[in-house]
Amino acid sequence: MATTLFDKIWDAHVVQAIENGPQVLYIDKHFIHEVTTPQAFAGLDKRGLKVARPKQTIATADHNVPTKNQLEPIKEALSRKQVEALIANCQNHNIELFGLGHPFQGIVHVIGPELGITQPGITIVCGDSHTSTHGAFGAIAFGIGTSEVEQVLATQCILQTKPKKMRINVEGVLGKGVTSKDIILYIISKISTSGGTGYFVEYAGSAIRSLSMEARMTICNMSIEMGARGGIIAPDEITFDYLRGRKFVPENFDDAVAKWQLLKTDDDAVFDKEYHFDAADIAPMVTYGTNPAMGIKITDTIPNNDDAGLEKALQYMDFQKGQSLIGKNIDYVFLGSCTNSRMEDLRQFCALVKGKQKAENVTVWVVPGSKQVEKQAIAEGLDKILIDAGMELREPGCSACLGMNEDKIPAGKYCISTSNRNFEGRQGQGARTLLASPLMAAAAAVTGKITDVRELLD
Amino acid sequence: MEKFTTINSQAVPLNMEDVDTDQIIPARFLKATTREGFGDNLFRDWRFNADNSLKENFVLNNKTYNGKILVVGKNFGCGSSREHAAWSIFDYGFRVVVSSFFADIFRNNALNNGLLPVVVSPEFLQKIFKEIEKNPSTKIQVDLENQTITIETTQEKETFDINPYKKTCLINGYDDFDYLMSMKDKIEAFEASR
Repeated sequence: MATTLFDKIWDAHVVQAIENGPQVLYIDKHFIHEVTTPQAFAGLDKRGLKVARPKQTIATADHNVPTKNQLEPIKEALSRKQVEALIANCQNHNIELFGLGHPFQGIVHVIGPELGITQPGITIVCGDSHTSTHGAFGAIAFGIGTSEVEQVLATQCILQTKPKKMRINVEGVLGKGVTSKDIILYIISKISTSGGTGYFVEYAGSAIRSLSMEARMTICNMSIEMGARGGIIAPDEITFDYLRGRKFVPENFDDAVAKWQLLKTDDDAVFDKEYHFDAADIAPMVTYGTNPAMGIKITDTIPNNDDAGLEKALQYMDFQKGQSLIGKNIDYVFLGSCTNSRMEDLRQFCALVKGKQKAENVTVWVVPGSKQVEKQAIAEGLDKILIDAGMELREPGCSACLGMNEDKIPAGKYCISTSNRNFEGRQGQGARTLLASPLMAAAAAVTGKITDVRELLD
Repeated sequence: MEKFTTINSQAVPLNMEDVDTDQIIPARFLKATTREGFGDNLFRDWRFNADNSLKENFVLNNKTYNGKILVVGKNFGCGSSREHAAWSIFDYGFRVVVSSFFADIFRNNALNNGLLPVVVSPEFLQKIFKEIEKNPSTKIQVDLENQTITIETTQEKETFDINPYKKTCLINGYDDFDYLMSMKDKIEAFEASR
């Protein structure tokens, strides 16, 4: 029978199926971080259990860490305690920790791929909904809750009901100034924040195939923003070229590639739902509301619908129906998060900013996704470009994406952000978030207002 | 896990769609290393002003409404996978959340904590909202054994779906952990076969 890429990987990981119930799914790699694990380790300790397969669990500290002076003790007591708990738990259970100060530390969804831990054909979970990022490599990767983290730590398995399958095809060539972030914001604006719920999404089509691995990660990353547990892209030469030579890839790399090349959806496989989009219809996107589906092309205006959710969102954002966002003053620019904090994001941002000055009315935070990204950015002189422009390159972490650590946007302020969520208060109590691509963020950083980046490109 | 049988209680209506887990429990309250006490910060920024005074017009601050059942608009619990969202709703005192549609991860997290997500038709959801508005003291009965939800005052009833395995878990207070631990030999055999 013709099967999908998702079926092939999922079915190869089912240990046991419960009649009329979920399946016992084997997990190859388990990423953990400080925020969603302390209660899981406490549960294990209470039961007197040890982590079953410590070598398959990889830890880092990212959500609740400062992005300045990371080698100094964390000032805030609760945050410090949480990071210390991770260190103690990893020591007790023999788990490798890429903690603060480690050359591999960084956002969990940035370091997995860059270290070559994320590989085609494997299953990955993490107590974080953006685990979907790793699907860019042709892996099944999804976020779980803390009770499930505890289950994986104890058994290396999880109970899951197999999701339905969706394919989203994007065909054609992207226009000038249009990036993978715009593709995914466009898709979410079309199918809503719940359109993917209950599904696992395969992204396909010539526009997707043409993307680099980092760009593919941005797309899979935001699958959860349409409700899908995960997104997946079939591995290809771009995938193998990215992985070759990375630290934790298989020793017999060519043998691995030979197996990975088989990982694709059969031609006549059937999906429960399928969408087709034309790359030429996608433009630089920006969100105007309080969920990621409230996005428009930069040249469009805010919808004029009679909708309670829209009205509530616009009241929070202090925007009006029918309004254009072009020329709207902003206060903060945040380049970072597991969505857009990789080298290509920093390079794109700096290429536009180079030789220019940040606008006086904006504060600009550029937060690399990992120590390795930070090191490479400095090696390429990007830190100097940023400093010359009046901006700063901070240290790796989730930073202003989630309003948890020290990096928060003040109440009422507008932030154009390359992150993934514009929920009320997401970046800080009362903060107003506009999601966009790194290029759009760069354009806003130098002009101080929402700008169609295409006007600044040659 | 607490055993779940039947709940017959007043309900609190939160007639909003796409309520995300950042609203249920903002990230700045995720710094705890234990599971307790999250109820204090449930819907924190909708319940309280920045100076910690109560927002009078938010439904949880309206004494007319109380009970163990939270009734919400569609796509409840979207966004982050934080299980703290389910913990905070449970800790606040709710045992059932009724909606026409739940986000996946939230639904799993709720089930893993003895908080029952009941999916009803959009029409039945509106009936519940309407009836509570008309008569805030009306009770809603949720019978897990028979998989029914009933509005007491009107006796309107709907059946709801739940995975049989999860139903057994909830009724007996079992969780997935025990089941997975019992699979140890099978898991090892699976690993050996790869």
